[in-house]
Amino acid sequence: MANLTFKDFKSDQEVRWCPGCGDHAVLAALQRALPKVSLALDYDKERYVVVSGIGCSSRLPYYMDTYGFHGIHGRATAISTGIKVANPWLTIWQACGDGDALAIGGNHFIHAIRRNIDINIILFNNQIYGLTKGQYSPTSKLGAITKTSPYGTVEHPFNPGSLVLGAKGTFFARSLDVELKLNEEIMTAAALHDGCSVMEMLTNCVIFNDGAHKALTDPAVKADHTIVLRDGEKMIFGKDRNKGLVFDGKKIRVVTIGEEGGFTEDDVLVHNSHSDNIGLHMALADMKGPDYPVALGVIRDVKDITYDDGVRDQVKEVMAKSKIHCVDDLLRSGSTWEVK
Amino acid sequence: MSAIYGNGLSTFPDYPAEIRAPHGTVSGVSGFQVHIGSTKVNTPGDFCDLLVAMNPAALKANAKWCKPTAMILVDDDAFNEAGMKKAGFKTENPFEELKVEDRTIIVAPITTLTQESLKDSGMDNKAILKCKNMFTLGMACYIYSRPLEYIYTYLENKFAKKHPEVIEPNKKVLNDGYNYAANIQAIANTYTCEPVKAQKPGLYRNITGNQAVAWGLLAASEKSGLPLFCGSYPITPATGILEELAIHKSLGCKTLQAEDEIAGICTAIGASFAGDLAVTTTSGPGLSLKSEALGLAVMTELPLVVVDVQRGGPSTGLPTKTEQSDLDQALYGRNGECPLVVMAAHSPANCFDAAFNAAKIALEHMTPVILLSEGFLGNGSEPWRIPSMADYPAIKPPFVTGVLAEGERFEPFKRDPETFVRRWAIPGQKGFEHRVGGLEKNHSGVLSSDPANHELMVRERAEKVARVARDIPALEVDGPASGNLLVVGWGGTYGHIKSAVDEIGGVSYAHFDYINPLPANTGEVFAAFKKILVCELNSGQFADYLRARFPEFEFIKCNKVQGQPFLVNELTEAIKKEM
Repeated sequence: MANLTFKDFKSDQEVRWCPGCGDHAVLAALQRALPKVSLALDYDKERYVVVSGIGCSSRLPYYMDTYGFHGIHGRATAISTGIKVANPWLTIWQACGDGDALAIGGNHFIHAIRRNIDINIILFNNQIYGLTKGQYSPTSKLGAITKTSPYGTVEHPFNPGSLVLGAKGTFFARSLDVELKLNEEIMTAAALHDGCSVMEMLTNCVIFNDGAHKALTDPAVKADHTIVLRDGEKMIFGKDRNKGLVFDGKKIRVVTIGEEGGFTEDDVLVHNSHSDNIGLHMALADMKGPDYPVALGVIRDVKDITYDDGVRDQVKEVMAKSKIHCVDDLLRSGSTWEVK
Repeated sequence: MSAIYGNGLSTFPDYPAEIRAPHGTVSGVSGFQVHIGSTKVNTPGDFCDLLVAMNPAALKANAKWCKPTAMILVDDDAFNEAGMKKAGFKTENPFEELKVEDRTIIVAPITTLTQESLKDSGMDNKAILKCKNMFTLGMACYIYSRPLEYIYTYLENKFAKKHPEVIEPNKKVLNDGYNYAANIQAIANTYTCEPVKAQKPGLYRNITGNQAVAWGLLAASEKSGLPLFCGSYPITPATGILEELAIHKSLGCKTLQAEDEIAGICTAIGASFAGDLAVTTTSGPGLSLKSEALGLAVMTELPLVVVDVQRGGPSTGLPTKTEQSDLDQALYGRNGECPLVVMAAHSPANCFDAAFNAAKIALEHMTPVILLSEGFLGNGSEPWRIPSMADYPAIKPPFVTGVLAEGERFEPFKRDPETFVRRWAIPGQKGFEHRVGGLEKNHSGVLSSDPANHELMVRERAEKVARVARDIPALEVDGPASGNLLVVGWGGTYGHIKSAVDEIGGVSYAHFDYINPLPANTGEVFAAFKKILVCELNSGQFADYLRARFPEFEFIKCNKVQGQPFLVNELTEAIKKEM
């Protein structure tokens, strides 16, 4: 019986991220979430495999006392896929960065989502290449000044949520590195989700992109700039808890409850991550300032067929039907002739 | 049919890269070579006794391969003005224009006769026209005194389930073709080709190289007790392996058609980490894309089989043609000091043993293995005496056993002092939690950038691969064990070189199935000869490799880089020149 604590998931390796790096908090949340997941699902520690690509966040497997695979740049998702298909009994956690998963590894990322393979992907999004010391990434804002864009970038960033849901992802959550409790919640929900779970963690790189998410983390404005979505709860936010998201027949709108257009609390949308309505989930994932708050929490969590189950079931089905049970049978199947 | 009849047989398709290449043009010609014999046949043959040309372009493309005594059979209906023009003939007599007018030429209205034969079959004209080849096969069967019963059985088995309605029409048109050839009296000579007398008794089947690779891997899966995982991306001419494995889920095999070549190898590496027998299959350009991940497999010391069915390169090159030009890439195409095992298959049927042995070495020595096949082998076929799995050895990977003592940590890169092989712990095994990855580590599996540790690990990884030589068979010499000249080959040139040395007689010949490491007695074998002629379908990659290892010997290169196999007479000339 799994009776594990966060200490069981801490390796003896020294954590070498910069002091103040957002990755520390995400690691801590994971080490706190997994004991709860283990209890809920009766998983032992040897069942976990932590996989990563290349980048600062990809050092994470070394800090987890589990089976781990530190892969190559961009390919974590492909490695995770192979592990899961080989042994669906294992539970896979993957750490990857915005450059890692969305630039060099973009292809594997979207295809894992399309296949809905049951892996849990933590996407550390600090909007910068940290380990190579400060170049813009596919999530850097338009105009971002970095070492390779001294005059500002001239390309739009990806919104990872749009990408995931565009590929018909079955699970997408977003959070901030500092939200320890919310992150534990999200990770637990991801673990319980059967299919490809993507958790975008907006992390702060103190060295090369400090304050990239300040508009979302600054206590003075945070409540007005973010909304935490929870199933069954109304989409209400703001310092005074008086703003709400409503659907006006065409699109989602932010209203001040009781003021604009006569919208009351009854008109405010109630979150349902399990709804089939991918359009609404996409609209929520797309929201950004200054007109909208950024949505945090589990935005989408729906059931669908998974790739690993499909592969396993097909093998079982064919095994049960086929007359070929061993290689000797195979070699003697079809057209053969005897020489005497 | 000839295989079942007991003849020696070798076949080879030669086709353009385009799926629907312009019909009737010389560049759009597809061909299929069949070589039968009353003795064992080593190659699909160089020059032919019978050329069947279904249109003027086919005649133009292949007339040069006709022996002086050859017979040429053409479909008169296709030799009309339009067909002649498309093929680029300038005169009205294509045979004179190609200087083959002195051959025995059979001009038969094959299309018309096929239509006539099947007019009451109820088939539509399109389906009827597809039967032209059966009419022609019937004619060929008459010429070579082949019994039609084997083909009848084949048709019955092939179409019984899906298209039983085409069985009788095909039999009829085959028979009509046979009778037509017998009646026209244009065919003065018919030939008989007796079954091979010295054939070893047993159960036989025909097999292509790609099929044999797939089956050899399944055999290794069974012998190791590990499920087979194949992560691959479709690429000519290797796709047949993935397709074949996808059929055999009944043997527990999982195939993953990846989103790209890199995902193919990376899913395989993941599957290997999780304890499967992991494989990725590809051709030259795909191997280029897999280079970085191959380095990861070398660094993590995980078993992995990479099958490269070589084609003409560089870049997209000649996708449907054969070549041996990926050898350098297989040996060296990675960053860092990155040795791995490289081996080669030497005939379509040998692909079975080669794939089995590649998997055995990978699993027992914890290393990636590149198995080089070739388009010529992958698509070529030959009869194969079916082995019994009881005669194949067990495969025993170095799994960790038992439990660790309290407080003891599993050290993933601690090595066996004899073989330098590390032990394999599979996720799910309690207490053996460990991390692998592309960063340099020490024996305990802890990250290390210590200069001395790096050099030690580089040396140990290389030594591990070098010591594979202890497990591979010694190099054998066919012919005298010493002398003036040793002919050397590797991979799919075996049949042609063997035919050439047999034809000349008294020539010493050594063929390499293992390239890195080389068989332990290689230097000893070489030392008994004055010079060594290395024959290969590239610009001399193996010769250069041997020269770097054995600078004391004289190597002479015999190369061909035309996307085509050697001709036996090209080899006999090259060998005689050096004798």
